[in-house]
Amino acid sequence: MTALSPTSIFNPTSTPAHSIFHLSIFVLVITALIFIVVAGLLTYAVIKFGQATADSSHEPPQVYGSTQIELSWTIIPILIVVVLYLATAQVIHGIQDAPEPKTALDVIAIGHQYWWEFRYPKLGIVTANELHIPVNEPARPTPTFIQLLSADTDHSFWIPELGGKTDLIPNHPNKMWMDPPHAGIFLGQCAQYCGTQHAKMLLRVYVDSPDEFAGWVRNQQQPAVQDASATAGREVFEHTACINCHTITGTAADGRFGPDLTHLMSRATIASGAAQNTPEDLRLWIQRPDAVKPGSLMPAMQLSNQDLDAIVSYMETLR
Amino acid sequence: MSSDAITMPGVNIDDRAWVDVLHRWLTTVDHKRLGILYILYALFFLLVAGAEALIIRIQLIHSHNDFVSPQVFNRMFTMHGTTMIFFVVMPVLFGFANYLVPLMIGARDMAFPRLNAFSFWLTALGGFLLYFSFVGANGLYGAGNAPDVGWWAYAPLTARAFSPGHSSDYWTLALLVSGFGSIGTAINIIATILCLRCPGMTLNRMPLFAWLNLVMSGLVLIALTPLSAAQIMLLIDRYLGGHFFDAQAGGSAALWMHFFWIFGHPEVYILIIPAFAFMSEIIPVFSRKPIFGYPIMVAATIAIGFVSMSVWAHHLFTIGMSSYANSFFTITSMVIGVPTGIKIFNWLGTMWGGKIQFKVPMLFCIGFLFQFLIGGLTGIMQATAPVDWQLSLSYFVVAHFHYIIVGGIIFALFAAFYYWYPKITGRMLSETLGKWHFWLFLIGFHLTFDLMHIPGLLGMPRRIYTYEPGRGWDTLNLLITVGAFIQGIAIMIFVANLVISYFKGDVAGNDPWDAWTLEWSVSSPPPAYNFATIPVVESRRPLWDVKHPEDPDSRYE
Repeated sequence: MTALSPTSIFNPTSTPAHSIFHLSIFVLVITALIFIVVAGLLTYAVIKFGQATADSSHEPPQVYGSTQIELSWTIIPILIVVVLYLATAQVIHGIQDAPEPKTALDVIAIGHQYWWEFRYPKLGIVTANELHIPVNEPARPTPTFIQLLSADTDHSFWIPELGGKTDLIPNHPNKMWMDPPHAGIFLGQCAQYCGTQHAKMLLRVYVDSPDEFAGWVRNQQQPAVQDASATAGREVFEHTACINCHTITGTAADGRFGPDLTHLMSRATIASGAAQNTPEDLRLWIQRPDAVKPGSLMPAMQLSNQDLDAIVSYMETLR
Repeated sequence: MSSDAITMPGVNIDDRAWVDVLHRWLTTVDHKRLGILYILYALFFLLVAGAEALIIRIQLIHSHNDFVSPQVFNRMFTMHGTTMIFFVVMPVLFGFANYLVPLMIGARDMAFPRLNAFSFWLTALGGFLLYFSFVGANGLYGAGNAPDVGWWAYAPLTARAFSPGHSSDYWTLALLVSGFGSIGTAINIIATILCLRCPGMTLNRMPLFAWLNLVMSGLVLIALTPLSAAQIMLLIDRYLGGHFFDAQAGGSAALWMHFFWIFGHPEVYILIIPAFAFMSEIIPVFSRKPIFGYPIMVAATIAIGFVSMSVWAHHLFTIGMSSYANSFFTITSMVIGVPTGIKIFNWLGTMWGGKIQFKVPMLFCIGFLFQFLIGGLTGIMQATAPVDWQLSLSYFVVAHFHYIIVGGIIFALFAAFYYWYPKITGRMLSETLGKWHFWLFLIGFHLTFDLMHIPGLLGMPRRIYTYEPGRGWDTLNLLITVGAFIQGIAIMIFVANLVISYFKGDVAGNDPWDAWTLEWSVSSPPPAYNFATIPVVESRRPLWDVKHPEDPDSRYE
């Protein structure tokens, strides 16, 4: 199924996703058996008792019911329900009530209209749209526990290969956890309709080896790069409305309405995955956001070509 | 029996000018005319909401398509869902109930004919308000044009901060007004069934159609009231400074979810129970046997009615309820499968040993049985809370509920159209066109909704106006769209059949199907007063008793 899709629920790569997968197969087998029996009986009845020509001169025997038969098709389904329920309750408890180990990584995910904010409270990191988490090693478990919040409307965090979805609802904190055993990039997107650009609120999770993760954390903890070659772009940035919504450490920009740009170049995508993080796409996104993501809350900045080039060059330095 | 006609003094119907005809239809309080109005009204909106579905499907035909803008797409799925539930399926079911319940229980009209007319016109106003939003919703803010908040309109997307203009207000008022209409109709059906049954028609002898509509009406009273209350709270939030659902000011977005689904899930049963009612009348006639296990069918319906009120939060498994709440709603949602399964088995028992005639109504019934079975089983998968954490809000759910609503309810409705059209118009629908309609619709339905499960399993969320390439969703979506157009063609054949047969269909006579309930004892169409003399019944199948005096049902009761 991996070949079929990078977002298949049949390729679980985390304990919650695994237990859901096994339960799915169990339920699928039971429902398939029910289907075979009932659909088989229906097909048999239609073939066996079907009349090629309508002839109602001789009515068939008039049967009104049978208590034994009706009891049997009441009791057998009840037994099936009990079995299904017990299997389910175990998985619900196993996933929802799992204790958080002391070594776990804490992340706060905040849904915004059409992008994701990620905060690592213990590490002092703020980033957007691309979540980095470490591989979980059995020797020293580092599962990731995510607290889910919303800044505006309802959203839902869904990476099918890492687990089920959980909603981000304002004033209603939720949590979920994952413990992927190997590194990789995992894709998903917002699953709860949140407004015009719900479709382009994409999500990706980088599962890093411990070394890669430590390197990523070190880089994110640095203040923004102050590259002398990009002073012009920085001037433009600091003197336009950009700073009302975005943050870059060490500058006047400390807005929280849009993504933190301090380490923008450490991300592969912009506009919550709607475009690649290339100079061309970045330029287009700043110039005409509606061309990339119509209805997004990023305003068109009406900059001159010169200012635009300067700002893009400045962004390119924010490693 | 009661088929003798009464001469109406001083009325010559044929002479009237069209304006008189129009006036008579607009001011009618006759349950049959109101039933027809409901049905025509619903058919009109079926075409409108069907066109909206096709726009959705064209947009999704491949990744990064730009047939419509995201704003238009979001309006389309909101209007498609709202229209289909509130202005197609509910009115058409009320229409059949209105038309048939008095005829089946040997009454001359509904208990409250004026309330009946009032309810219909409220529902009609609701649909008008919803569609007036296309021209009227811009309002002072210059924003908004038709609702775009999804058919369940979760808070806080409906707050004025996120939904400026008046589109959400038109949505709210449309549902509020038509909700009052539904409550009026439910009261009317309950009163009619409880008070106007003809002599001998004990509750235990009532056609299952009447029983099931009685349970449905009870559910309407219980389910529509919280929805109406929530709509009023939403209006208070939007205009009177309330904070019920305003999370920024301490309100609760989750509260709206609970209010909506404590309406929304019983609503599913409000829609499917009348479909069960059609099945329970049509399958016996075309199997030439009485319904198998009448008492347990009634008991199962009542059980479904009760349990349906305690399953709503299975729509909310992803909102972060406690593990105890998730377990509770898992078990209730699975338990409701038991009485529902009993129904399928009893229809099977009815067909077993019968002489099944493959007339068009029966073809649709057989389609219903298989599809409802599959829709029920995918329902069990989603009742399993952890599995639902993956499937919820994905295209799997969209496929599942269309399996129930189209594969179940709409198939049952088509069966009802082919079965009762002769009674309503006096003409038979064409069997040839009916078979084209059935097979094309069946093929289109399975192409669309069988395949639609798969993108959901591959991670495709619902309500997205476009999607990324490389996720394995493109080919599937293309085929799903092809299926949708095949269904569209089948619906056109159906509409053509309705129109052509009205003028050129074979004359039906009183009882074209050799059936057993009282509506077939009167002329087609029935006279305004239904029964010249009120009938007296002695069993569940009064016309069987008349046709088989040597072996009447009344002997076994």
